[in-house]
Amino acid sequence: MNLVRHVLGRIASAVFLAVVVSFFALPMLWLASAPFDAHPSVTASLPEFTLKNFRAILDNPYALGSIGNSVVQAGGAAVLVVVLAALAAYALSRVRVPGRDALLYVLLLLSSVVTGTAAMVPIFELASRLDLIDTHLGVVLTVSGGLLPAAIFILKDFMDATPTSYEESARVFGASPLQILRHIVVPLVRPGLATIAVWAVANVWSGFLLQYILLRDPDKSPGSVVLYTLYTEGGQPNLSLISTFSLLYSLPVVLMYLFVSSRYGFRFHGGIKR
Amino acid sequence: MDTDAAGLGRGRAVAFTLPALVLIGVFLIFPAIWTIYLGLTDYRLTGLAAADPRLVGADNYTAALGDGRFRNSLWLTVQFVLGSAIIGQAGLGFALAWTMRDRRGPLRKVVEALVLLSWILPGSVVAFLWIALLDRDGGTLNTLLGTPGAAWLLDHPMLSIIVFNVWRGTAFSMMLYSAALENVPPSHLETARLAGASTFQQLRDVVLPRIKGHVLTNVLLTSLWTFNDFTPFLLTAGGPEGRSEILSVYIYNVALRDGQLGAGAAVSFLVLLINLVFALAYLRLLRDRREVPG
Repeated sequence: MNLVRHVLGRIASAVFLAVVVSFFALPMLWLASAPFDAHPSVTASLPEFTLKNFRAILDNPYALGSIGNSVVQAGGAAVLVVVLAALAAYALSRVRVPGRDALLYVLLLLSSVVTGTAAMVPIFELASRLDLIDTHLGVVLTVSGGLLPAAIFILKDFMDATPTSYEESARVFGASPLQILRHIVVPLVRPGLATIAVWAVANVWSGFLLQYILLRDPDKSPGSVVLYTLYTEGGQPNLSLISTFSLLYSLPVVLMYLFVSSRYGFRFHGGIKR
Repeated sequence: MDTDAAGLGRGRAVAFTLPALVLIGVFLIFPAIWTIYLGLTDYRLTGLAAADPRLVGADNYTAALGDGRFRNSLWLTVQFVLGSAIIGQAGLGFALAWTMRDRRGPLRKVVEALVLLSWILPGSVVAFLWIALLDRDGGTLNTLLGTPGAAWLLDHPMLSIIVFNVWRGTAFSMMLYSAALENVPPSHLETARLAGASTFQQLRDVVLPRIKGHVLTNVLLTSLWTFNDFTPFLLTAGGPEGRSEILSVYIYNVALRDGQLGAGAAVSFLVLLINLVFALAYLRLLRDRREVPG
């Protein structure tokens, strides 16, 4: 009786895993094969190998440019968030400011409450008034404002955990606070800074809503938005073009995760995205 | 740690913190406050120049509550959160973690890699993949299921975006539960099994009491994220005929596509309040768990 139950259990779990693996694998197999297929119907059929889809992407006026836009916006947000969060986290870690913990708590609460969905109207309004519509700066500032509270919170944890004795010696030798931060604290908390940078880049890279409402000009739009316009234009989607672009657009974030996790050994961080 | 080893002093501490606070103030706190004001006006977008807004009190709120489209949207959002965040992501995530708990080796690596990849891929890309798979004319799903000509996105828009969101978000739950299950001693499960407890009884009596906190955290976070998710817009834009117009898409369609900024802002404020409930519950949970040892 027990043996029967055991065998049935093993079979059930094997079937379950097989179904789940196919569920997750199917879209990825398609993503990996369609760009190299001369006739990528969405039907499951043997691909006819070609590289001409990549040629077509190079010729498309918006595709490469949009990846460049994504790089500018993601890079800008990552730099801004890392620098401002590091400064703030350092100060908050080392100096007792009244109400510090309450402040951090409220900011963190706000950052998960004020989402794109809850704030798209005022953010669009604000950007129009500040002349930030159709600018990379608008995207960078808006995204950074949303990411900073959690970034400060995480970095403060890292800074709290580092010993202050080096800073004291450096101070004795006459280093300024900024020099101490740059030459002593930053190298110590580098894994934390890398986490924040990757997290910011991943957020911008896959972000759609804010970019979609702030950028109307396809010359400024990032890959996530251009991808959408590629398949909504003119009804019949060009599957070779979109699938090839999807693959190219996905590669940088996937490589970045692999690089950072091998270099700094952080596995999967709970709230690393969103 | 308040040693001030670098000799910052209060003044410099404020100067270091201020740039971040200004950015947070302008792009996070101000929009939250302004959405309250905008929701009380009849603000409309005509072309690019907005007409002068007029305060209309609670009109937008009473109009929304009396509007079938808004109530439909609210109900669809409930379906979306229950179906994709709670049953889908949390449920499937737990089932996966449970099935793989004592497996090692290549299968585990394959499953983890696949699920994580689905989490890392940009939302737009995932949306496109599902549009292609669900395609009416020879989409892979129709080929596999033997349902040629089934228009999933048109005929089952909610089911489509729910499956899409499960695919995209299960990784978080799976990793959370994998870690949680490591806190359940195998010997306790073994004892329960030898005493004749069924899998269901083991789950209810041995596992659940130990991972209750994780379950709550998981359900709160995935619900909050799903509740605010806008990517379903890429699959259906809320259609056909509003049949997948969840709140995030409703706000976009009303405020930024149709130009009724005031009406959209009012609904945004409701979203803000609901988010606040989720977030307070989550922070409360974190605090409670920190006080409980182990």
